[in-house]
Amino acid sequence: MKYNYYPGCSLEGTATEYDIATRAFIKAAGCELVDIDDWTCCGASAADAVSHLLSLALPARVIALAEQQNDIDDILVPCSACYLNLKRVTTRIPSDLTLARKLNLILEQEGLALAGRARPRHLLDVITRDIGPSGVRDLVTTSLEGLTIAPYYGCQCLRPYAVFDDPEAPVSMEPFIEAVGGRVHPWDMGGKCCGASHMNTKPHVAMELVGAILKGAQTADAIVTVCPMCQMNLEAHQKKISRLHNEELNISILYLPQLLGLALGLSEQEVGMNLNLSVTREFRNRAGLTMEKREAIGNNP
Amino acid sequence: METIENETDRLKPIQKIVQSCIQCGTCSGSCPNEFAMDYTPRTLWQMVLANETDDIFQSRTFTLCSACYYCTLRCPRGLELTDAMAALKQLAVEENMPRHRQSTLFYKNFVESVRRHGRVREMEFMTLYFLALKNPLHPFGFAGLGAKLFMKKKIDLQLPSRGTGKLAPLFDKVAELEKLEKEA
Repeated sequence: MKYNYYPGCSLEGTATEYDIATRAFIKAAGCELVDIDDWTCCGASAADAVSHLLSLALPARVIALAEQQNDIDDILVPCSACYLNLKRVTTRIPSDLTLARKLNLILEQEGLALAGRARPRHLLDVITRDIGPSGVRDLVTTSLEGLTIAPYYGCQCLRPYAVFDDPEAPVSMEPFIEAVGGRVHPWDMGGKCCGASHMNTKPHVAMELVGAILKGAQTADAIVTVCPMCQMNLEAHQKKISRLHNEELNISILYLPQLLGLALGLSEQEVGMNLNLSVTREFRNRAGLTMEKREAIGNNP
Repeated sequence: METIENETDRLKPIQKIVQSCIQCGTCSGSCPNEFAMDYTPRTLWQMVLANETDDIFQSRTFTLCSACYYCTLRCPRGLELTDAMAALKQLAVEENMPRHRQSTLFYKNFVESVRRHGRVREMEFMTLYFLALKNPLHPFGFAGLGAKLFMKKKIDLQLPSRGTGKLAPLFDKVAELEKLEKEA
């Protein structure tokens, strides 16, 4: 399978390892990514708080670029906020011709137009419906047996559009955790909100939400995520949140393609694990990422 | 504050979204941030329908929406409640409401970085945000994280720059169309 690839701004910066791991895992799974040339920001959650039309025009530009550059319809998007922004455009334009006309007026200045062909797909959607658990199981070289993994989906890959999973009780990651030999941590925090940009504007609120998620996963070895915002919120403030809750709440946080990539025999370096902010020594030991192996690939503990 | 008439006009598009609200409270019960709100989402919709503009913007409820879409998903009337929250944020941004500057300046500076460079420059955007806040203590809460990210080479030390204005034409056209719509 071939996909247009829209990494989005975070994956060029604070979520570099998500980009590295996504590219490495997709390649290992036998699929191909085609980079969209000259892509720009989707507006994240900020554009919608400034202007409704802008929040649709920014992702529309990305969609129109992809449609102009090749005949691949699927756009693979690893970031949940980017995914939702692109999805909003392709969902709304068929039934809202006034909006479609406005967006085309805006895009026209650059010689772009919406063809109505593109299909934005979240990375988890592609993993779930195109690659499938058996597609991963057949490729496992390093079983992650003995690891208990808490799948964390966050919000915007699930809601409001129910595409590949149950937006109330998501399960799509579970067969993949099992496919790589892991155990699924039983919890009901998988689809709860991490507070998103509240971590910057209203940290006390976001830390409550993240605290509850970290608490819920304390008996797991790691939480896996599929969104750069979720990942950052869960991994970057653990010390502060532990102090706030008066309880040790440290836990390893990995992106799903990092976990799957490790099981497919990719090295820590190849899935960018040196860039994560929270990977505990216990996790490395239990995952069989031994000292020798780490030294062999020149990675830091 | 403008005249009552204008205020009613500003709420009209939002009233249209929540028009058929039956005040069941599913949104309030589903909202992860409800614990931090002064008015629950259900009450907020009632205030919107009753044109209580002052109270709506005195309240911080709409700025506490983190766009998790639980309310939109569960609303038995199928109302786009997350969009209604966003529309309230847009009004607060448009009018530079001082009470909500911690949120509105965040959104504005993010979008400004996108207009200048086409992509968000995380470090530039946070610098612009901190400068705009004019709160010398706020950045310290993030200093540790900033240092960590810098060590991992995930952010560069970028000073804010004008950039190429890459998306300026797109932004201008959006503004032009919005103006036309408002006049119509």
